Amino acid sequence: MSATPLWEVFVRARNGLAHKHVGSVHAADATMALQAARDVYTRRGEGLSLWVVPSNAIIASDPSDRDMLFEPTGSKIYRHPTFYEVPDEVGHM
Amino acid sequence: MATTSITIDETPRVRSFLALADDALILGHRTSEWTGHAPTLEEELALANIALDLIGQARALYQATGYAEDELAYLRDPPQFRNALLAELPNGDFAFTIARLFLVSVASDLLWRGAMGSDDPDLAAIAAKAEKETAYHVRHTAEWLIRLGDGTGESHRRAQDAIETLWAYTGEVTAGIDRAAWLRVVSPILVRATLTQPADGWMQSGGRDGRHTEHLGHLLAEMQILPRSYPGAVW
Amino acid sequence: MYSQALNTKDTAAADSSPQADRFQARIDAEERIEPNDWMPDAYRRTLIRQISQHAHSEIVGMLPEGNWITRAPSLRRKAALLAKVQDEGGHGLYLYSAAETLGVSREELTDQLLSGRAKYSSIFNYPTLSWADIGTIGWLVDGAAIMNQIPLCRCSFGPYARAMIRVCREESFHQRQGYEIMLTLCRGTAEQKAMAQDALNRWWWPCLMMFGPPDTESAHSDTSMRWKIKRFTNDALRQKFVDATVPQGHFLGLTFPDPDLRFDEAAGHWRFGTIDWDEFRRVLAGNGPCNRERLSARQKAHADGAWVREAALAHAAKHRKAA
Repeated sequence: MSATPLWEVFVRARNGLAHKHVGSVHAADATMALQAARDVYTRRGEGLSLWVVPSNAIIASDPSDRDMLFEPTGSKIYRHPTFYEVPDEVGHM
Repeated sequence: MATTSITIDETPRVRSFLALADDALILGHRTSEWTGHAPTLEEELALANIALDLIGQARALYQATGYAEDELAYLRDPPQFRNALLAELPNGDFAFTIARLFLVSVASDLLWRGAMGSDDPDLAAIAAKAEKETAYHVRHTAEWLIRLGDGTGESHRRAQDAIETLWAYTGEVTAGIDRAAWLRVVSPILVRATLTQPADGWMQSGGRDGRHTEHLGHLLAEMQILPRSYPGAVW
Repeated sequence: MYSQALNTKDTAAADSSPQADRFQARIDAEERIEPNDWMPDAYRRTLIRQISQHAHSEIVGMLPEGNWITRAPSLRRKAALLAKVQDEGGHGLYLYSAAETLGVSREELTDQLLSGRAKYSSIFNYPTLSWADIGTIGWLVDGAAIMNQIPLCRCSFGPYARAMIRVCREESFHQRQGYEIMLTLCRGTAEQKAMAQDALNRWWWPCLMMFGPPDTESAHSDTSMRWKIKRFTNDALRQKFVDATVPQGHFLGLTFPDPDLRFDEAAGHWRFGTIDWDEFRRVLAGNGPCNRERLSARQKAHADGAWVREAALAHAAKHRKAA
């Protein structure tokens, strides 16, 4: 017998917030995965909206590419407001 | 002495509340028997959620009668219980459990929807909360019934057996509502589940009058053992 | 704790490649390790074993308490117990999810449990004989579990730590639920108080065993501590548990089944007698009062559910084709 597929579960705690990853469930299809997510991950009022995504549909960056992907941005300090000088007299900008 | 069963002044209001509450308690109790034995871990949690909803509904209804909830649950004898026979039947296999929950939940949902507009403020408030819970029970059990009916040969056979056994007990749960409305929800799900709908024939009844199956006595003997064995004790 | 059987020394732990050194440096800097990160094979194996043993313990742990759901003596107690046992199923599920991020499937882990190859906490091989056992399990077993699980929220492996944060948040009601049952029994009739004392007598020593073998015999502790999978030793957690629990028991008016139990003023600790480690090893090896029953109950649930899981998959396959 083949294995029951794995689904990643995302919960929106309340409107205005993004969905956040909370864990996973096993279910044979999307409808049952959504119900399982509801029954497992929202038993204490944790959410108002749910997403389930087949785990194998997630494409992840490779941790060994971390430096290549994410380090070059560290030196671009001119992208941040604190890089620029504005005299105090001008007030908040 | 507290071991002696309590006597209830069954006004029409108390009697109607007891019928609803006993349905919920006995079915909730049966559903809770699955704990630790469900076919998947996900379904463990789903069944426990349903059982907790039902036990919660029973408590709210008992409290609204003016009697203490635990006296009603633990100190009545089988003939004093007003639940439909369908609720007390043993769980059987997963198909039987799901089919029973589905058939009852569809009826309950219709009933709660009607009761939301009741002149009795207690009933209206309980119905408003219970209807949302029950609507999910309908959805969850309908999806399972469709998968069991339209799954493998074995699951189809088990689901069909369950529906046939249960059908004769459905008259009692639809007695307070419009059976045609109940069938309008049930029949399309049976079709999607590729299950054959049994013809309406002779229906089992008696639960509302306290004439139960052999199973209720065993269920209550187990459920009531502590309060009955230690009269007056607080738990 | 729930992975107390983890005693085998992993020889590969002494890996000293540059990669392993960088890995250790990250751990030392309190960085979290995430599933796709490089990790020593031994770290992965240790985690899979520990997390899955923890998950199995939650699942098997549903059985002794589930034994009383249908006999809970009030509707309030029935709802609370059912919700608590449901939580345990949920915790097992979160933990299996965390283990699966390490490349092992739920099916494999379940198979390890059902075939008897995987261990679970020895405590669940003891029977629940009275309603007071439900109070005692909540108070002592969950109390002991919390002692162990709070430090695990800072475990070096991200998914395990995150699962434990969720578990700890949910479990906060479990111990209080148990203690409240004990308090009600101890303030009740003489028969009820005797029930509570009998339960404490039976559960006290097995609860102390939950923390695992003494540090002098616990071979895995060093590596697990270095990897920050574990942050306190077995003996340190056990002492912490005893110090917290003994005054709670005295408040209930109960006595502990240990003639050597006394308060060491100088050290500020409750000193306790010698644990019967033979019993511990015997239960862990499969010869406790309920080992066979627990395992066969899980095997039966799994076997009885096979046709249901097959039906769901068959339905999904048909409708994928049709779509």
